[in-house]
Amino acid sequence: MITTLDLIKEGKKVKVIDISGGWGIRQRLGGLGIHPGDKIIVKKSAIMRGPILISVHGNQVALGRGVARKVVVEAE
Amino acid sequence: MRIALMGQPNSGKSTIFNDVAGYKAITSNFPGKTVKYTLTKFNLLGQSIELVDLPGTYSLTSFDLAELEARKYLLKCNVDVVINVIDASLLSRSLELTLQLLELKLPMVICLNMIDEAERKGIKIDIEKLSKVFGVPVVPTIALKGKGVKELFSQAYKIGEKKKIGKTLNFSKDVEKVIGKLSTHIKKKQVDQEFNVPERFLALKYLENDSYFMENYEKKNGDLLKKIIYFQDLLRETHDRPSDVVISSERHHLSMNIYESVVLLIRPHTNLIDYLDNILMHPLLGYVFLGLILYLFFNLVFTAGKMVEEPLLDYFYKIIPLIGRIISSETLLFSIISGIIQGLAGGIAIVLPYLFPFLFGLAILEDLGYLPRIAFLLDAFLHKIGLHGKAIIPFILGYGCTVPAIMATRILESERDRFITSVLASMIPCAARMIIIFGLVAFYINPQAAFAIYILNIIVVTLSGKILSRLLPEVSPGMILEIPAYHIPSIKVVLAKTWLRMKEFIFVAWPLLIVGSAILSLLQYFKADMFINNFFSPLTTLLGLPLVVGTTLIFGILRKELSMLMLIQAIGTANVISVMSKTQIMTFTIFIIFYIPCVATLAVLWREIGSKRTLFTIAFTSILAIVLATITRFIY
Repeated sequence: MITTLDLIKEGKKVKVIDISGGWGIRQRLGGLGIHPGDKIIVKKSAIMRGPILISVHGNQVALGRGVARKVVVEAE
Repeated sequence: MRIALMGQPNSGKSTIFNDVAGYKAITSNFPGKTVKYTLTKFNLLGQSIELVDLPGTYSLTSFDLAELEARKYLLKCNVDVVINVIDASLLSRSLELTLQLLELKLPMVICLNMIDEAERKGIKIDIEKLSKVFGVPVVPTIALKGKGVKELFSQAYKIGEKKKIGKTLNFSKDVEKVIGKLSTHIKKKQVDQEFNVPERFLALKYLENDSYFMENYEKKNGDLLKKIIYFQDLLRETHDRPSDVVISSERHHLSMNIYESVVLLIRPHTNLIDYLDNILMHPLLGYVFLGLILYLFFNLVFTAGKMVEEPLLDYFYKIIPLIGRIISSETLLFSIISGIIQGLAGGIAIVLPYLFPFLFGLAILEDLGYLPRIAFLLDAFLHKIGLHGKAIIPFILGYGCTVPAIMATRILESERDRFITSVLASMIPCAARMIIIFGLVAFYINPQAAFAIYILNIIVVTLSGKILSRLLPEVSPGMILEIPAYHIPSIKVVLAKTWLRMKEFIFVAWPLLIVGSAILSLLQYFKADMFINNFFSPLTTLLGLPLVVGTTLIFGILRKELSMLMLIQAIGTANVISVMSKTQIMTFTIFIIFYIPCVATLAVLWREIGSKRTLFTIAFTSILAIVLATITRFIY
């Protein structure tokens, strides 16, 4: 099922399909090890539409909702 | 020989730097604390080495000011050897930067830092193999314990002598073909290069559509621009994605392949500390603990400070009458001496007791890695004032000192966010203002009133943020922040950091305090303070404060804590409550906290956000202070 990262529940593992944002966000996420094809685990989701905490390549990254919405993922 | 430390944020560059330089660069457990480079010189094998600690950067395609600074330094400043510092536990991701650094064809050494942490996480790295793949030496280190650092520098020195550069690793054939063709064109056109970088590096930057390189050269060379666009399109068509994505996924695949070939995954050991996030970042418990931690923190600082302040103050104020017995209290000499003693007393008895526990506690929270967690928890809240979670880091540093707080706004991507955060950070009560809050309000009124001031401050900062983001509407790009693993703070490092920050006070502020006290004594002796007080009388009358307070307001712009110490001298007693009512103490404190930031802050604001916006900040905070203090006068 193809969806965006902000809609994924805590504890789920997904695969990145595409990053729909512009050049800046692609490069930024790439630097943190998030590229199409990478596996991501959603670890925490803050209340009040706060950020989500993901784990990628053994590393934790916090992404704001707006950013997470731009990451297109495939849920397993 | 000039050696530069380059690596991703939080990989331990500053820790390595401090190992050889003594504690000179602030280290903390959050990405992006080094915002400008730090230099040191030391001797190695009889050779003078210049070592540069550069801000961390995730890639050589840069965004924020700190990253741009690192890249610029590397391209411009004739570095002899690059030490690529890697957090070994994040090897796969870090190799992408390593590949980019190799493209620069500079002599290089790879430092696999935190190698113990990597093994604990179950990542065992074949160091020899990694060294063969890149054609550069690889040195494992544990910088926090100083292990491997000597070996690292002796390798760096050897490589610098030999000027040995690493291998260039190739991407897929078709991509390499495009890179090769574009490089040839760049060579043929003899692009007027500001930086002396290899053609392949430049070709890659063009294909990545790096705005810095595109803007800088293309206007001058329209012919080449056509070629670049042609090749960018070619890559997009053959790969069905933008050319920058093609290049970055090539690098990503290459580094994943290298990672898989050199790493043996073993069983990870989990520590109790790995479970800390289950509580501290919990959607509900996280906030409970955040409140608890901050409450305990301030309580401890206050308790520790008060225990020391009272006896020390008593001691100092016994000295002055003793001197009065030797020298007549009517003389000029007595005025000056008592002024100097009060300045000394202010430093030792009032400032140090609060400053030390505060900075010590802050250093522990920083090194543990709690600050980025606060950013995560408060992101939603900060969105309400038009910012995002990362802005909390300058705010928290602002409780220590406003100057580094404003410097830290460089970790924010947008200029507007940096401006708003700078203005708001200048309103956060720094340690100097904390001294006034604790020394006057908590001491003479009660601790609850001091706590109320902090709450009021947060409310005012929030509202100001709302106003500013209304004036400058822009959709915040959203937070992208690495949350590093917790580290148990090393007491040695925490103390060194506390000392580094205290030094600022001891060597800059304290002399100023003593001189200030002496000047005020002179002014009083010659009755010159009356002119200043009369000048400020409209303001002091409006706020219902004693006339003598006027002079202290000027000193407060020099250093915030000066205003309180000068107050004590101006009213002629350390027992403030005998001269001023509780309402007056409260009004005075509120005014001091919000009005014009101190000189050091103004200077850094001027540099970071420009003159107009600094003047705006002065006007904004002055009006705010007058309004708030007037309200306090009538309702408290």
